[in-house]
Amino acid sequence: MIPVAKEVGSLRAIASGGITSPTGNPELSPDKEKAFRRELVLRALKTLQQEV
Amino acid sequence: MSTKIRVVHYLNQFFAQIGGEEKGDVGPGIKDGPIGPGRALQQALRDNGEVVATLYCGDNYFAEHQDEVNDALVQRMAELKADLVVAGPAFESGRYGVACGAICHAAQQKLAVAAIAGMDEDNVGASLYRKHIYIVNSGATIARMVPTLQHMAALGLKLARREAIGKPADEGYLARGIKRNEFAAKPPAERAVDMLLAKLRGEEYHSEIAPPKFAGSKPAAPLGDLKSAVIALVTDGGLVIEGNPDNLEPGRPTRFTTIPISGVNSLTADKYDAVHSGYDTAFANQDPNRLVPLDTMRALEREGVIGKVHEFVRSTGGAHAAVENATQIGRQIADQLKAAGVTGVILTST
Repeated sequence: MIPVAKEVGSLRAIASGGITSPTGNPELSPDKEKAFRRELVLRALKTLQQEV
Repeated sequence: MSTKIRVVHYLNQFFAQIGGEEKGDVGPGIKDGPIGPGRALQQALRDNGEVVATLYCGDNYFAEHQDEVNDALVQRMAELKADLVVAGPAFESGRYGVACGAICHAAQQKLAVAAIAGMDEDNVGASLYRKHIYIVNSGATIARMVPTLQHMAALGLKLARREAIGKPADEGYLARGIKRNEFAAKPPAERAVDMLLAKLRGEEYHSEIAPPKFAGSKPAAPLGDLKSAVIALVTDGGLVIEGNPDNLEPGRPTRFTTIPISGVNSLTADKYDAVHSGYDTAFANQDPNRLVPLDTMRALEREGVIGKVHEFVRSTGGAHAAVENATQIGRQIADQLKAAGVTGVILTST
């Protein structure tokens, strides 16, 4: 859905874990899912620090 | 044989020849017959209609006493047995445009009298009233006074005679946001392909639905040091406190809910829910951290990677959200975040 986000003017948008679990991945084991979430959040925070 | 339409013309203090800006405070009044531009209106109406009176009001007075003036003028229109109210044209004058829109709207609502206004399409009166009344686009310059009045007379007569009114582009009024089904000669697939071919050839084509224009926004400056940042979590995935005590709408949301998370380290399935008609909420309900990553944010807060997690999660739903509502919800959330000293936002979207 990133093209939609950009179309309406969202300037900082990164791919989520999917529509039904934006910051998760139910196919992973709980530990791996937590690691996935952490990596995603860190990437989001990094994006906040970027120029657009 | 149709009877002569009784027309009442509304003008501001300037066009009614009372005075300029300095007479903006003059209250509502009436003059016999057509005044000033009303004469061009009468000419355009020919034998089909008669401008029986001109109602006027100072632009400032109208702005400050709208209800009172509406009531007074509506009463006059009833006494005059008006069949049609013509207001303006106001061109770019904002207060005048708003007054024209309000008068026409009041005439329609209270007397079921046909009404037509004229003003520039960017006049604030147009954005306020175009959905409710017919507005002819006068453009910005007074040079267009006579052609605009001719247009208003023609469309006004149709309205007064309760004739069917065609599409905005054909009849020359500002689009009102009304969609009507109609039969077309070609099926939609053919029309779509015709449009596409014209587009590819660089030819003119007319979309049947005008896509909304998004204003876009200026980017916020990059967040500096994360260690001092106050990060708020926001979502359009419909996170709610278990039981949805705020009654967040699962679809077509008109508001957002504010969920306190002070002292909460993780969103647990027993205390939080996802309410949203646009996606399967099963995974989010099993572990709401999949929707709003609070557990991760708390860990980063403890580790000192970020300064603080803002004490509220603000949540709304994105299913069939009308653009206007979504925009307003976003603004309200942004205002609250700014007031609370939040410096960065992570918004999770489904």
